[in-house]
Amino acid sequence: MTAHADPAAPRKPRSGSPGAHTPETPRALPTRLRDSLTGLGFVAPFTLLFAAFLLWPMLAALWSSFTDRSLARSDSSFVGLANWQQLAGDPAVWQSLWVTVLFTLLSTPPLVVIALVMALLTNRVSGLGWFLRFSFFAPFLLPVAVVTLIWQWMYQPGFGLINAALARVGLSEVAWLTNENTVLLSVVITTVWWTVGFNFLLYLAALQGIPRQVHEAAALDGAGAWRRLFGITLPLLRRTTALVVMLQMVASLKLFDQAYLLTDGTGGPNYAARPIIGYIVDSGFTEMNIGYASAVSYLFFAVIIVAAIIQYRLFSRPGVES
Amino acid sequence: MRARQTHTPTRAPRIGRRGFLTAGIAAAGLGLAGCGSGAATSSGRARLRQWNLFTGGDGARLMEMHEAFREEHPEIQLEDTTFMWGDPFYTKFVMGAAGGRAFDIATVHLSRLRGLGTGTLISPVPRDLLAEHGITEDTVPTTVWDKCLVDGELYAIPLDTHLVVTYYNRRICERAGVLEGDGTLVETNGEEELIDLLTEVKEATGQYGIVMETTGAWRQFWSLYRQLGGEMTFDGELVIDDDKALRCLDFLRRVSEEGLAPRASDAPGTPANFQNEIAGLMFGGNWELPTLRDAGMDFGMRPFPAVFGDPLGQGDSHAFVLPYRRTPDREAENAAVAYAAWMLRNSLTWAGGGHTPAYLPVTGSEDYQELEPQAGYREAAENVQFDPQAWFSGSAAQLQSDANSVFQAVHTGATTPEVALDRFKSAAQRLIDTPPPV
Repeated sequence: MTAHADPAAPRKPRSGSPGAHTPETPRALPTRLRDSLTGLGFVAPFTLLFAAFLLWPMLAALWSSFTDRSLARSDSSFVGLANWQQLAGDPAVWQSLWVTVLFTLLSTPPLVVIALVMALLTNRVSGLGWFLRFSFFAPFLLPVAVVTLIWQWMYQPGFGLINAALARVGLSEVAWLTNENTVLLSVVITTVWWTVGFNFLLYLAALQGIPRQVHEAAALDGAGAWRRLFGITLPLLRRTTALVVMLQMVASLKLFDQAYLLTDGTGGPNYAARPIIGYIVDSGFTEMNIGYASAVSYLFFAVIIVAAIIQYRLFSRPGVES
Repeated sequence: MRARQTHTPTRAPRIGRRGFLTAGIAAAGLGLAGCGSGAATSSGRARLRQWNLFTGGDGARLMEMHEAFREEHPEIQLEDTTFMWGDPFYTKFVMGAAGGRAFDIATVHLSRLRGLGTGTLISPVPRDLLAEHGITEDTVPTTVWDKCLVDGELYAIPLDTHLVVTYYNRRICERAGVLEGDGTLVETNGEEELIDLLTEVKEATGQYGIVMETTGAWRQFWSLYRQLGGEMTFDGELVIDDDKALRCLDFLRRVSEEGLAPRASDAPGTPANFQNEIAGLMFGGNWELPTLRDAGMDFGMRPFPAVFGDPLGQGDSHAFVLPYRRTPDREAENAAVAYAAWMLRNSLTWAGGGHTPAYLPVTGSEDYQELEPQAGYREAAENVQFDPQAWFSGSAAQLQSDANSVFQAVHTGATTPEVALDRFKSAAQRLIDTPPPV
């Protein structure tokens, strides 16, 4: 101990340290430079990976869309706008794009509303709350292959769980995955069961962030449960709702795995459940036509950008007001 | 059939994205193979990299055969790599072959052979070398051998044939009184006899007579269409016999509409339905055999029934192919041919999976004749009906997928055979208009 200096003794300021009263001298610049170099050093690994695995593939795909690149050849040649012309006149592109959009329209509302309702209910429960939170979130942890395997059996005609239940209560069976009109709905139901837990968690976190005293004050003023729900809870959840809707729409537009697996890769009767990504896989990998598949991918990319802009416009205003 | 020949890549390509990926896949394959054998490559033995698409029971049987091969051939270092069949396998196959250094021998479905670049990605098999190992056109069924020939050159070594057959549940069929004295299913001839049989079995089960994969109706359709002698070609435009196609689709409509078969039964559901005994019969691929046997069912197998003609069934063949090489490698080629020939000669093990060995001395042997129920459909297997020829047809290719997507609505009653045929024709035309990828 004796060898150490008294900690209370005033320290001699180190030259160049920000706390020193030295005026802004040219010495400060190298420090700032060093800081930014250090910062760059930290982001460099990510930037490299980002460039190698996202930017470069995106540029390569854009280039591919103007070529006849095939999986099975090492060379390819420039074909100009041929892929894009073919795309414009290909009914399968527009039909599968519609499947994706329809899925998004059908799946987003229940995935938001059911998540909210579950969060509101769970938030009130004490004691068994952990069990409900776990139960509602657990399906989200399952891999898609497991989810589709379970639901493929549940949807079975004759001996499937759902049809057996329908038959028991005297209703007629539904050919869930084999009817053109119900196959996409079946994919929606499976998706809701599988992924609603994530939105539920976001809502639950937001609910727990609402101060208790706001509710208490309103209750003292005589506001009932419904009044408080619509007057306090929902308005305070507005930002979370905007976030959940945006994340959900992006997730729904990305529909592929569960639709592909539930229909054994066929896209369902008359392609009623083949989303545009399914068509990209069919043309790019099954038909090995990477050039054309790249063009379709870019069309889909444009659609997602447009959807994101519309959504940003719709939801950013209330956010600004609050 | 490849409509247009593409030129062979001659110049050595730069190491591009594809080369990089290929190297990565090959490295992964090496790593996996290394786990199995633990042997170093520098041991002076001939290295044989084999790619295959067999998982599940077939995969286990393949590994069993490979172990035996390794014991008998210490001079060959066999490194096998398994990919999931369908797109996962074929995308890697073409990319690996285009990269030029992926495998020394690989399995393919024979129906896909012409779509995978014969001459550009796949090399001819040296027939004289194969003959030295005892495999000639006399030891393989003609139908299958012919399918291995492209412009007179042999491009594949067929291991087996596999096809859609009729399974029958002995307990139910006995109750329905449709078994012969020796416990085999009665033979039917023509549509009405089959309908009568299905009706009798339906009465015995109280539910259905037969189950078949309605979401995979192509197999049944093509079997029936070939029984009518129907042809299908894709040379610039689709040539199909509408009347014959409609008769086949109408048969599918009829069995479902008359309640002889379920309106909907998908890939996992069909064997389950058969095991659950909602029907006494099933149309299904011979590869369901091990599953049903493991389930302890008492069942037999017969060829796909004669509905419109001979009892022909749709099917395919697993075959070995050699990659195209820029620089010939005699040593690897010798090892590959020796391996393929050995696999054919020892394919009795392979028959356990329900596939019929292509090597005639095996199927002609007493050991095979005693295999039950495999021997029950041996003749049909030798006359297997391959898919029509196009780069987009064959197992796990787009034409089957299109047909399955469209035809299942005939079973459910959602569309008429006429509408389904129109939709199939426009789907086929779209594929014809797509430039071939190889």
